[in-house]
Amino acid sequence: MSDTVEEVQVDPSQLPDDIIMRVNHLVKEFPISKGVFFKKQVGAVQAVSDISFEIREGETLGLVGESGCGKSTTARTVLRLLEPTAGDVYFRSKERGVVNVATADRRVLNDIREEIQIVFQDPYASLNPRMTVASIIAEPMTVHDEGNKQSRLDRVKELLKVVGLSPEHANRYPHEFSGGQRQRIGIARALALRPTFMVLDEPVSALDVSIQAQVLNLLDDLQEEFGLTYLFIAHDLSVVRHISDRVAVMYLGKMVELADRDALYDRPMHPYTHALLSAVPIPDPTIEHQRERILLEGDIPHPSNPPSGCRFHTRCPVAQEGKCDVDEPEFRELEPDHWVACHFPEIKQVVV
Amino acid sequence: MTEPLLSVDNLRTYFSTEEGIVRAVDGISFDLAPGERRGVVGESGSGKSVTAMSIMGLIEPPAGEIVTGEILFRGQNLLSLGEDEMQDIRGGQIAMIFQDPMTALNPVYTVGDQLVETIVLHQDVSKTEAREIAIQALDDVQIPNAKEKLFDYPHQFSGGMRQRVMIAMGLSCNPELLIADEPTTALDVTTQAQIMDLMLQLADDRGTAVLLITHDLGVVAGFCDTVQVMYAGGIVEAGTADDIFYNPQHPYTWGLLGSMARLDAVQQDRLHSIAGTPPSVIDLPPGCRFRPRCAFATDICGRILPQLREAGNEGQTVACHHADEMDLKTLAVDSSDRIVKQDEVVS
Ligand SMILES: Nc1ncnc2c1ncn2[C@@H]1O[C@H](COP(=O)(O)OP(=O)(O)OP(=O)(O)O)[C@@H](O)[C@H]1O
Ligand SMILES: Nc1ncnc2c1ncn2[C@@H]1O[C@H](COP(=O)(O)OP(=O)(O)OP(=O)(O)O)[C@@H](O)[C@H]1O
Ligand code: SF4
Ligand SMILES: [Mg+2]
Ligand SMILES: [Mg+2]
Repeated sequence: MSDTVEEVQVDPSQLPDDIIMRVNHLVKEFPISKGVFFKKQVGAVQAVSDISFEIREGETLGLVGESGCGKSTTARTVLRLLEPTAGDVYFRSKERGVVNVATADRRVLNDIREEIQIVFQDPYASLNPRMTVASIIAEPMTVHDEGNKQSRLDRVKELLKVVGLSPEHANRYPHEFSGGQRQRIGIARALALRPTFMVLDEPVSALDVSIQAQVLNLLDDLQEEFGLTYLFIAHDLSVVRHISDRVAVMYLGKMVELADRDALYDRPMHPYTHALLSAVPIPDPTIEHQRERILLEGDIPHPSNPPSGCRFHTRCPVAQEGKCDVDEPEFRELEPDHWVACHFPEIKQVVV
Repeated sequence: MTEPLLSVDNLRTYFSTEEGIVRAVDGISFDLAPGERRGVVGESGSGKSVTAMSIMGLIEPPAGEIVTGEILFRGQNLLSLGEDEMQDIRGGQIAMIFQDPMTALNPVYTVGDQLVETIVLHQDVSKTEAREIAIQALDDVQIPNAKEKLFDYPHQFSGGMRQRVMIAMGLSCNPELLIADEPTTALDVTTQAQIMDLMLQLADDRGTAVLLITHDLGVVAGFCDTVQVMYAGGIVEAGTADDIFYNPQHPYTWGLLGSMARLDAVQQDRLHSIAGTPPSVIDLPPGCRFRPRCAFATDICGRILPQLREAGNEGQTVACHHADEMDLKTLAVDSSDRIVKQDEVVS
C-alpha cells in the first residue's frame, strides 16, 4: 500500500463514522518581522508544516516529540485558538454535523467549542488565582450561558466529585491546592460542558510521579465513563505508551511516524523514532546496562530555517546524500495503519 | 572498607519562614565512597536540593541554618570551615552542576573567560595554561570547534550545549566529587541521553564520585551504583541500585516504582498511584512521615519516627517500623488508589 494522504479526497459529509476528526495538510507559520515602525516580514517559523492525520471516536491519540517540534501549535490550531496558515480540520460535531473548524464562522465555532475542550500543562498558570474553584469550574457554563446559578453550582459539585475532590472545596482558591489537585480542577472545568473531545497538552508533565499516576488513572476513568476522545500531548514516551491507543511522532513541524501503540513501540520504522525510544531510560538497572542507545549528533535545527529534503537528514544515522537532503519523503502507509515518512524505513527493536 | 570520601552525619537544615520552621532536611546520614555514583531520588520538596546546598556550603543565613550535623569530606568537617576555605573547595575538589545552566553562567562574559577564571582560581597555572586546559575541557565534553567556542557567550549555546559547558567547567579542576542537581531535567530526552552518556564516560575515566539528584528513576537505573530515597526531609531507604529496584523494602519506594509508567511494559489498566500527597515539612506530626499514605501503619507509626536500620539485602537500610514483617509482594492497589494488602482489596 502506498497511497499518500494527498490522494485521499475528503468530502466533509463523508467523514467515516468512526472518525471524530480529520486533519488535512495543516500548516501553521509564525511570521518573523523586523523594523519598528514599518514591520516587514523577513521569514517565518514553520511550526507545523503540512501534517495530516485522523482521530478515531473514543480513542486516545498520543502526540509526542521534543520541545519545539510543534505539538502545542498543532493542538491550538486544530481548536482554532490559532488561525491556521493553510489546511482543513474536519470535526464531527453532535450539534452541527461535520464542520471544517479551519474555516467555520464565529457562531459555528462557538457551538463546537462546547464539544472540544483543552487542558493545559501548567496547573499553576492556567487557573486564575483570584477566582474561587467554583467560579473557575463554572466559567465555561457562564460564558456559554448554560443553566442558572443554582444548576451551575450543582454541576460544579458534581464535577468536583467526578475528579476526586470534595464538594466542600468549591469556595477555596487555587493556591490552597497541590499541583495534582489543581490539575484535577482544570480537568473538572474542561468537563463542565460535557465535551466529546479533549485535547490534553502535557497534563501531567509538571507533576511528581506518584501524583502523575493519580491523574492518569482519573483520565482513564473519565474516558470510560463519558466515552471521551483524547488528543494526548506529551514528551514522556512512557506515559504516552500507557495511555494511548495510537501514537504520532513529530519532528520539526512534520509528522514522521504514526501507528498503533504496540506497533510503534515494538516495531518502530523511522530513524528518529528509533533514537527517541532508545533514549528513554527504563527504571531497571539490568535492562539499562544492556541497552544500546542511538545517540544523535548535534542539536535540533530551528524551524525558521528547516533543512531541505527530509528535515531529519542533518542528524539521521542512515541518511544518504543526494536523496535525503534533496527529496522530501512522503508520509506513506507502509503497513496497515502504520504511517512513516522516510526514504529508508526499517523495523528495529529499540525499547529492550 | 575504604575510608568514605564524603560522610554526612545527622544533618538537619531548617529555614525560618512566615508560616513556621521548614524542616527541609531533618536528620539524614549517608556515606559516599571514592568513585561511587549515588542517586538521590524523591518527590518535589523532599529535601534533595537542600542536601546538596548544605554540602556545598550554600545555605544562606539567617533564613537557612544547619542546626545539627557533620559533613566530613576526606575526614575534614566542612561545616567548621570559613567562607574562604569553602570557596577553595567549591569548584575545586567538589563541583556542582545545576538544572538550569543559565543561572550558573554569567551572561555578560564569554564562556572562555568564565572557564579560565575558574581554572586560575583553583589551579596553580598561568592564564595561557588555563586557556589550554579550558580548550581541552570543552573538547572532552565533545563541543565541536572548542577553540572558537571560547569566544562565544552563553546565550549562543543551546540548552544541551550549555549543560556540556557546565560539565566542562565542573570537571576542569578534576574534582573528587561532582554534585549534579537534576542536570538533564530541562533537556529533551535525546539530549539527556547524550549528556548522561558523557557524564558516565568522564566519571568513569577519572574515578569521580557523583551525587546525582533526580526524580527520574530511569536515569538512576542507568547511572548509579547506589541510591537513597528521600521523603519529607528524611532518607526512607538506601542501598545498591539492585536493592532498591528489585527488592524495595519501604512502602514508599514500592509505591514510587509502581506508579511509574514504563517504556518497556505493556501496562495493566491502572498505575499504582500513591493516594494523597506528601506532608508539609512545616509542623510535621510525630511518627513516620509516610504514615498517612501507608497501608501498614500501626499505632507505633504515629508515635515514633522510624530510624534507618538494616532490612532486605545485606547493607540495605530502611526507615520503617514494619520493614521485616511485611511482604511487599502481597501489596496491591484498591479502586481508590490506596496501597493495601492483597487480601483487603475490595473492588
Ligand atoms: N506565538 C508564536 N510566535 C512565534 N513562534 C512560535 C509561537 N508559538 C510557537 N512558536 C514556535 O513554534 C515552534 C513550535 O512550538 P510548539 O510550542 O508548538 O512546540 P511544542 O512541540 O509544543 O514544544 P514543547 O514540548 O516545548 O511544548 C517553536 O519553534 C516555537 O518557538
Ligand atoms: N530558601 C528557602 N527558604 C524556605 N524554604 C526552603 C528554601 N529552600 C528550600 N526550602 C524548602 O525546603 C524543602 C525542600 O526543598 P528542596 O529544594 O530540597 O526540595 P527538592 O527535593 O530538591 O525538590 P524538587 O524535586 O522540587 O527540586 C521544600 O519544602 C522547600 O520549599
Ligand atoms: S528520509 Fe533519510 S534522512 Fe530522513 S529519516 Fe529517512 S533515512 Fe533519515
Ligand atoms: Mg508544547
Ligand atoms: Mg531540587
